[in-house]
Amino acid sequence: MSEKLTPDVEAGSWTGAIRQRLAAGLPIERLLPDRQPIYVGSWVYVFGVITIAALVWVIGSGVVLALFGPQWWHTTSAGRFFNSLHFWSVQVFFVFMVLHLWGQFFMASWRNGRAPTWMIGAVTFLISILAAFTGYLAQQNLDAQWIGVNAKDAVNSSGLGGFFNVLNFGQMYGLHVMLVPIAITVLVVIHIVQVRVRGVVAPIDAPREELQ
Amino acid sequence: MSTTTQRAGAIRTAPYDLVKELVIALAGTLVLILILAAVLSSPDAPSVTIQSWAQKQPVDLVTTATEELAGSTVSAGYGAPYNEGSGSVQKLGFFGPQSWAGTRLSVDSAQDFVLKPLQAASATNSDLAAALSQYNGASDSQRSAWLDAYSKALKDAKEENGQVVVAEGDYGPLPIMMAGLLQIARAGALDGYLLSSGGFYQTDYTRPLLFMGDGSYLSSLAEDQHLLGNQWGMMNETGSYPGQTWLWLYTLWYQIPPYNGNANADLMVVLTMLVLSLALVLVPFIPGVRDIPRWIPVHRLIWRGYSGGKPGAQPARPVGSVTGPTLPSDS
Repeated sequence: MSEKLTPDVEAGSWTGAIRQRLAAGLPIERLLPDRQPIYVGSWVYVFGVITIAALVWVIGSGVVLALFGPQWWHTTSAGRFFNSLHFWSVQVFFVFMVLHLWGQFFMASWRNGRAPTWMIGAVTFLISILAAFTGYLAQQNLDAQWIGVNAKDAVNSSGLGGFFNVLNFGQMYGLHVMLVPIAITVLVVIHIVQVRVRGVVAPIDAPREELQ
Repeated sequence: MSTTTQRAGAIRTAPYDLVKELVIALAGTLVLILILAAVLSSPDAPSVTIQSWAQKQPVDLVTTATEELAGSTVSAGYGAPYNEGSGSVQKLGFFGPQSWAGTRLSVDSAQDFVLKPLQAASATNSDLAAALSQYNGASDSQRSAWLDAYSKALKDAKEENGQVVVAEGDYGPLPIMMAGLLQIARAGALDGYLLSSGGFYQTDYTRPLLFMGDGSYLSSLAEDQHLLGNQWGMMNETGSYPGQTWLWLYTLWYQIPPYNGNANADLMVVLTMLVLSLALVLVPFIPGVRDIPRWIPVHRLIWRGYSGGKPGAQPARPVGSVTGPTLPSDS
């Protein structure tokens, strides 16, 4: 009794409609292209992928730290080493994310319909700052204590102090190991898909035929 | 050997292995992070406890506790979200989100930090129970007189054998109360009492951190580690490690007028950063800002090998052969 819209999609099938839309909007050759425009040659293009690589190690080391619990890294050399991996991968992540951001700014990468890509990238940067902030608050050492005591005044002044209590370790730890990483991961995936859908922006002085 | 092809209406392309690039980036960053972790480790300055505070600076702890009873500490008169005070409530004109949000994390500094712990400790200390009874039964004016006299005496207090000793005077029950508080603090009991909120498992450090923040011991340790606000502390880390350097702009405002020294500096900085963060997200739509890349042609450095469609140009970073089919165009 079914009626087919196309040879591949059953009429009324939500699943088929989504598959058809994905296939049209993001064909696999665009999602995983093995060629790029000739102008994709600067080292600036590498900053983004290094940021993603560092994020992988941030999450990987963070998962190990979460598995063993928040006290582990204070009391064992193995825990301290994994905390060091987490610490330095965060530093590398931010260094290259900022380089990526400045690079994309000076390339005016929001041109030709790519404003949403820029916006998601900027939001990811801001959420990453929140992720790092909650991480510093969850360290359970002098630094965390002082950051909490100092930062509470700014958070309280905004009216959010009663909801986002920087002196509540449980709340900050939960945000840091669960909610914020999920948000960043989702945003990064969206950002990458946006880049792949639109392709890499052409140089500012590129002729019309070079524009994507 | 690289050659280029160009077709009418098509984009010249070159082989580019994204997956290989990602794998190389993963390996490279892993090596870098492993070296940094192995050679430099990571910071972990031990946390401060009320117990260590009581052992290292008992006079400061007793002074702070006395000020909690007098209601003269920061937390005692803080305001929202802790209590009904107004000492730390910030607003700009009519805009006062802090007071609008109201008291949501109720903290009574005198009761929570001093009197309730003493009440619990008095169960096994009859002298302390009598002192508390005398204090609670006294008039407000009498208590103020004791607190005022004791606060003045504490400025010249000395520590002798772990006890805080002040000059002779009429301090009512305060010396016994403070000796009792110091005793349970030195034993570590006050840490646990302030952390407890009724249940077995505890994760909320609001009260012990507010109490320690009222004293000068914690801030003196923070100053030693260059963590204070006027030391660009929010972006610093203990020791010589890099901290949250990405907060440099947030921290900058606290160092310059009209923010520094302003009673509403936090709210001003928060609003400034909110506006700037929104501007960052909306850069593509802000005239002038979105034109900066054209005015400051850094892009020519980035695409210095690109010749605007003229054949024969090479990119700054070699990408291999440039023959073959083109990418599908979005336009």
